[in-house]
Amino acid sequence: MTDISGCGAPEQSAPLPASVNVEKETVISGVVRAGDQPVSGAYVRLLDASGEFTAEVVTSAAGQFRFFAAPGSWTLRALSRAGNGDATVDAGRGITEVALSVAA
Amino acid sequence: MSRDSVLVSADWAEKNLGAAGVVFVEVDEDTSAYDTGHIPGAVKLDWRLDLQDPVRRDFVNREQFQTLLSSRGIGNDDIVVLYGGNNNWFAAYAYWYFKLYGHGDVRLLDGGRKKWELDNRTLTKEPASRPATNYTAQEQDLSLRAFRDDVVAAIGAQNLVDVRSPDEFAGRLLAPAHLPQEQAQRAGHVPTAINVPWSKAANEDGTFKSDDELREIYGAAGLDDSKDTIAYCRIGERSSHTWFVLRELLGHSNVKNYDGSWTEYGSLVGVPVALGDEPGQG
Repeated sequence: MTDISGCGAPEQSAPLPASVNVEKETVISGVVRAGDQPVSGAYVRLLDASGEFTAEVVTSAAGQFRFFAAPGSWTLRALSRAGNGDATVDAGRGITEVALSVAA
Repeated sequence: MSRDSVLVSADWAEKNLGAAGVVFVEVDEDTSAYDTGHIPGAVKLDWRLDLQDPVRRDFVNREQFQTLLSSRGIGNDDIVVLYGGNNNWFAAYAYWYFKLYGHGDVRLLDGGRKKWELDNRTLTKEPASRPATNYTAQEQDLSLRAFRDDVVAAIGAQNLVDVRSPDEFAGRLLAPAHLPQEQAQRAGHVPTAINVPWSKAANEDGTFKSDDELREIYGAAGLDDSKDTIAYCRIGERSSHTWFVLRELLGHSNVKNYDGSWTEYGSLVGVPVALGDEPGQG
């Protein structure tokens, strides 16, 4: 269920809801991997250009995560039982895919 | 108020699983997490289905709350330990709610579900059920709850703490970034509110920072502890987290949570709104 009335993170493997206009939204999505294995249940947070927390989601069974941000520079930070990792991304409108690796 | 009476560690929780008089409660907006694994013995509360009125925008009334807790097997004398996902946002909301209805001993599990999972502690799929009780709730303690008129009156007069992310505060985003952004209400913040994102109060694993660190953060942000304080966010759950920090951990006396928060305020006709990174003028 993708839920826009609450604040909880929606199911990360769900398809983008039809109400989401990807021409207007800045979607940052990707998969967390340890080596070549996807990591489910990883906690991924989106930090803004000053390093401040903006949102956090838990990856799906296939390791997927997705954020709705604004154009700009962002950092992704993952915590998991398989280890932690970071990635930075410059996102514009539309969908930006990011690979996020974790290691112990 | 001491930290030990309102917050329990994961170690404490593990030692007290199954203890008489201690009830663990998982609180989430989406309770599918509970169904895939929860702390053994924990009962679940669904933030939306159990804690919100199904029709109008308000939470359940005293009678509904009594019925809910009775059906979950929670007694008035039980120590209730709340935890959940989203860095305990909804657990903190439920904590505020238990206080609002006068529960005696309620505590948060430090780090919530995240720390428990990252520590590789035991989770079970076995649903918990407890014998029904006859729970009695008090009238709402309105000294803990702010309404929209309180917020308008507080502009330039009291501490207003906007605990959303800097981009939401400034008006560049309308919701946390895991959610789509198109919304009906206006973007921005209540004029004169300071922006101290809830996340400043938490470590990366979801546990709360130390009292000294917390005092430093709110002091440096300009919170005047001689004044009353209203915390708000978008729907009132992240601000419950900050309400918990200010009132329960740091012992500030008059702290209210504005559960209407930005989804109400940002839709009001005629109220002042400030844009940008600065608090703005009252």
